[in-house]
Amino acid sequence: MEKFTTHTGVAAPLTRSAVDTDQIIPAVYLKRVTKTGFDDALFANWRQDPEFVLNQPAYASASILVAGPDFGTGSSREHAVWALRDYGFQVVLSPKFADIFRGNAGKQGLVTGVVSEADIEALWAAIAADPGVQMTVDLTARTAQLGDLRVSFDIDDYTRWRLLEGLDDIGLTLRNEDKIAQFEARREAWRPRTLPVR
Amino acid sequence: MTTEITDIVERPRTLAEKVWDDHLVVKGENGEPDLIYIDLHLVHEVTSPQAFDGLRAEDRPVRRLDLTIATEDHNTPTLQIDKPIADLTSRTQIETLRRNAEEFGVRLHSLGDKEQGIVHVVGPQLGLTMPGITVVCGDSHTSTHGAFGSMAFGIGTSEVEHVLATQTLPLKPFKTMAITVEGDLRPGVTAKDIILAIIAKIGANGGQGYVLEFRGSAIRSLSMEGRMTMCNMSIEAGARAGMVAPDETTFAYVKGRPHAPTGQDWEDAVAYWRTLPSDEGAVYDAEVFLDAAELEPFVTWGTNPGQGVSLSDAVPDPASFADPNERAAAERALDYMDLQAGTPMKDVTVDAVFMGSCTNSRIEDLRAFASVIEGRTKAENVRVMVVPGSARVRLEAEAEGLDKVFTEFGAEWRFAGCSMCLGMNPDQLAPGERCASTSNRNFEGRQGKGGRTHLVSPLVAAATAVLGRLASPADLPTRVEA
Ligand code: SF4
Repeated sequence: MEKFTTHTGVAAPLTRSAVDTDQIIPAVYLKRVTKTGFDDALFANWRQDPEFVLNQPAYASASILVAGPDFGTGSSREHAVWALRDYGFQVVLSPKFADIFRGNAGKQGLVTGVVSEADIEALWAAIAADPGVQMTVDLTARTAQLGDLRVSFDIDDYTRWRLLEGLDDIGLTLRNEDKIAQFEARREAWRPRTLPVR
Repeated sequence: MTTEITDIVERPRTLAEKVWDDHLVVKGENGEPDLIYIDLHLVHEVTSPQAFDGLRAEDRPVRRLDLTIATEDHNTPTLQIDKPIADLTSRTQIETLRRNAEEFGVRLHSLGDKEQGIVHVVGPQLGLTMPGITVVCGDSHTSTHGAFGSMAFGIGTSEVEHVLATQTLPLKPFKTMAITVEGDLRPGVTAKDIILAIIAKIGANGGQGYVLEFRGSAIRSLSMEGRMTMCNMSIEAGARAGMVAPDETTFAYVKGRPHAPTGQDWEDAVAYWRTLPSDEGAVYDAEVFLDAAELEPFVTWGTNPGQGVSLSDAVPDPASFADPNERAAAERALDYMDLQAGTPMKDVTVDAVFMGSCTNSRIEDLRAFASVIEGRTKAENVRVMVVPGSARVRLEAEAEGLDKVFTEFGAEWRFAGCSMCLGMNPDQLAPGERCASTSNRNFEGRQGKGGRTHLVSPLVAAATAVLGRLASPADLPTRVEA
């Protein structure tokens, strides 16, 4: 996982609340056997509508999503995070996230910042006034800056640390690699081995 | 650090605590999870593709190929196994597993191989499952392996990736629940009936967050395969795992299997295994008691495994449930199952009998089924499918001539796999069809859209196949000797 400190990119407004994971990635895409390549699946149903925000040229290269409250509710599918990430999103800002979605996001390197509803509205207004405008998200300072507008966001210390260090769950565990190796060195000989094939 | 490990206080411990403590790589501090070492990782085609893809994306290898083994089971057809798999999703999952196994070097038993079969049947039969180890698999019925006194539990796909990459898992300790079953079982009452009765007693969520330890004289007298049936269904009580303390029955079952320890390793292993049973005075977070002598053959009437009664009872009246949620669930279940309150369970006729799944598809299960149907005729209204848990079980059954008993009776004798347990392959119930099934889940649509499932033991399944309605062997007329 890449380390995240600051990110500057196009902010796209998703002016809806309660965007559930079934909207983020419809169930038909879950049959796939990969963990990547879900960019076409992101908001697949909504993207059929030419008016949908991500279909507008100004937001074609968006990497920051500014969404309404209760983002990521519904089924716990990790695919929702994979789809956002594969599409190119690095940050989602919302007044409220569903817990499981947020947990999955933190593990996969997607920043989820909680911003007050008033600030989300302000961001939406600023973006509407200048479609395609860039925003800078600073994870160290927990701020998002768009022109003169600076808002702060919440993210818990532990997730923030992991993102700053670029540690997914596996990377985190592998920090204890020496202890794993020590444990392996003292494992008894009788314990099962699948190889060689007997 | 070794200092952290020796910090463990000397106090009476349960079986589960001992196995846990002996797998601590790092003890979690300040509410953080422990890091637990995994001795055996079982892999199948449904929950592994994204895990391998994740490794690929981060350029990570499988840490311990010698602790990892894969088999194909959920999607495999049970007829014409030499033909390409028709369903595209099924075929893709299986082909993906084959490619991943090849690329990463994982040992795989493919369809047609004599060690292929349901992952939870394959591990024990190879002698890989043994006491005092940790076993994981991306499948909830991994609890089966706890029958050996191992800590065995199902994990999700991201955890599969985590184990492949690190051979460990960050976990918080589970709570422990002792389930003591004392006394002698009546004839015709089996491990399946005990576990169905336990789930009905504690509820389909009653075990949530717990490791269940089955103990008492009735459990001690079960065979290993019976203990596997019980631990398999611990998950249906909502538990993380089920365990039985290892004893002479366990050692005898493991000994001599292809991957069982030998020589001095065997001596060392048994000496350690004898230290595993819960200490006198060990404290459990919860305790449940059952009298084995009171148990009868058991059957479910509803759409979760906790909705069961004795076979000699009737379909319960939803009004008899005090809890409003349970009452509503019962009403919905009776509607889905098309059953009337008060109907004797034995009056319920079935269209199909499914003998199989990781709950009951081992050789003893097939023998039990055969012993009842042998020399009897199948009811005309039922279709009977017998699906061995593994290719090896199939061979064993054929060597004993059981296949003849099945086919002469009019049952279909199939190849190994999960089959109608979940209907990911073509083995499914038609809408409205009713099935007596030796599997573990009676959820709506589990065995096919609109299908209705009654969970039963192999003995009840066999008697039901003879009479065409739910029955136990005791209900059958005496066999006419040839
Ligand atoms: S037999 Fe059924 S419960 Fe067992 S692993 Fe297969 S699908 Fe799951």
